[in-house]
Amino acid sequence: MAPVTLKKLVKSYGNVDVVHGIDLEVKDREFIALVGPSGCGKSTTLRMIAGLEDISGGVVEIGGKPVNDLPPRARNISMVFQSYALYPHMTVRENMGFSLKIGKVAQAEIDTRVNEAAAILDLDKYMDRRPSQLSGGQRQRVAMGRAIVRKPDVFLFDEPLSNLDAKLRTQVRTEIKRLHARVQATMIYVTHDQVEAMTLSDRIVIMRDGHIEQVGTPEEVFKRPATRFVAGFIGSPPMNLNEATVDSGKLVFAGGESLPLPAEFRSKVAAGDKVIFGLRPDDIYPTGHGINSGEATDVHEMQLPVSITEPLGNETLLFITMAQREWVSRMLNPRPMGAGEVVKFSFDLSQAHLFSPESGKTLRG
Amino acid sequence: MDKNSSHRLKRRWLKVAHFIGLFLAMLVICLPGLWIVLSSLRPTVEIMAKPPVWIPRDISLDAYRAMFGGAGQGGIPVWEYFRNSLIISITSTIIALIVGMAGGYAFARYKFKGKSGVFLGFMLTRAVPGIALSLPLFMIFARVGIIDTHFAMILIYVALNVPFTIWLIDGFFRQVPKDLAEAAQIDGCTRWQAFWQVEFPLAAPGIASAGIFAFLTSWNEYALASQITRSVNSKTLPVGLLDYTSEFTIDWRGMCALAVVMIIPALTLTFIIQKHLVSGLTFGAVKG
Repeated sequence: MAPVTLKKLVKSYGNVDVVHGIDLEVKDREFIALVGPSGCGKSTTLRMIAGLEDISGGVVEIGGKPVNDLPPRARNISMVFQSYALYPHMTVRENMGFSLKIGKVAQAEIDTRVNEAAAILDLDKYMDRRPSQLSGGQRQRVAMGRAIVRKPDVFLFDEPLSNLDAKLRTQVRTEIKRLHARVQATMIYVTHDQVEAMTLSDRIVIMRDGHIEQVGTPEEVFKRPATRFVAGFIGSPPMNLNEATVDSGKLVFAGGESLPLPAEFRSKVAAGDKVIFGLRPDDIYPTGHGINSGEATDVHEMQLPVSITEPLGNETLLFITMAQREWVSRMLNPRPMGAGEVVKFSFDLSQAHLFSPESGKTLRG
Repeated sequence: MDKNSSHRLKRRWLKVAHFIGLFLAMLVICLPGLWIVLSSLRPTVEIMAKPPVWIPRDISLDAYRAMFGGAGQGGIPVWEYFRNSLIISITSTIIALIVGMAGGYAFARYKFKGKSGVFLGFMLTRAVPGIALSLPLFMIFARVGIIDTHFAMILIYVALNVPFTIWLIDGFFRQVPKDLAEAAQIDGCTRWQAFWQVEFPLAAPGIASAGIFAFLTSWNEYALASQITRSVNSKTLPVGLLDYTSEFTIDWRGMCALAVVMIIPALTLTFIIQKHLVSGLTFGAVKG
């Protein structure tokens, strides 16, 4: 049983704070992803949990006990590094058994556990090779094997997939998910790739500038982003976000064009308020070609010219200009369409988001 | 002739030229060494002959026989010198390596105040010519009463070698990715274990080469040793060479013989250790 709790965790280098007192509770056996742009403090947070970085303030608890003063080896954790950090002077077998050897486990037991992990990760054939004789994907698997063998309470992953090519990345991603189902341990996964975070985790922690912006399930952070930053960060292509002014039941954009104020927000804003209006590409589509076409409840239609098309096979991204801004629209079951063609677009306003331009927080309340 | 075969011919010529160039370069490097070996086997008349006698006519091992023959037969206390050289060089090399490893590791891994200043200071000590230190060293050592001791020579050579070993070893530890020591700590090592289990084995080839440099510096050093050593108590082989000079004559043959005796252990050691200097050992540790 190893929940991980962060209480008012702070990291500062001299006078510069890089993590500003974050609170987080990771439940036992939960898979949680820390995601955010580079420099947001996610890796630093992970390294503080691992004990590789001194904690400037606050408490890290693993399994209910504070571990601030425990060295990494006493925390019963495993970590998979971005660089894999395999020991180059040891074979795959020695790499995987290293932690047990240091822990003075009997050789027979080491062999059993290493072989077990090798079988899970399909590494049997490479056990006597050195890391330099392995491909990137194989090294990645050895690094995971080394983590499993230790049977830790908590697995930590520091951007483990970013050195793999795109195809291998999806493959190893699935392996990590399978691994989590199998070993039933708490896993904390740092990544800057929102797709990895979405696909792998039970809950996502979105960080920015050393603060937590939102914690939630993948569906929550996608459907109900708490801030403008989360809205723009999660989802690809990103949400369309544009400034508008509220005016008697309408949202007026630059250039005078307007959309009706979504029903949900009528009581939340007053005339004259400036807001950030957000709508995902999924919710702007040529009428009849949308992902939610059937169940849309608050649709506003508009004739607009298409400026650029990006066909992706099963869907096409359309770039349209409205209110002097470019908006992205996602068209399902696409039909051939040329640039400049004027098309009737549906705006599904039931899916719209409004954010405060000052605080960036959602106005949904 | 088609293009392919003319290209092949050109490549062959380039290869030949390459070999000739290499041969000439090696000749320049090796000839003095060869000349020392030859001179140690020839009578003085032949060595001093003008014009030089290129092909030796009269080869003998007399010089070696005399050298080991002991005093009275033109011999010198070569065993004592050898012992002194070994004790001084090996001890000072080991100490310089230990200090160098500790210092090099600190410079490679830790941040501390005045780091670059201290490092620069170390480098600057290399800029001082050793001989300039001989007089002050002599006076201090004479006062302290350690003239003509192994201890004095070891002290000097440690001081001479430490900046260099720190600098070299720092570079080798820098090449060992930091992640590896961190991974080892997570795998259950203390800092100390992580160092010996992971970082040291990976930096070992570099440390060995630093050791060779330190050993050769101590083994071959003459200027300071000639001032501080006085007798068979502490005289090293390079200083021993001077035994072959007397007021009016210089025994070139004997000197060359001693030089050969000096070169052999150094050459052997370098040869043994350089086999272990497998570079690229860290390749594959991290992405690549």
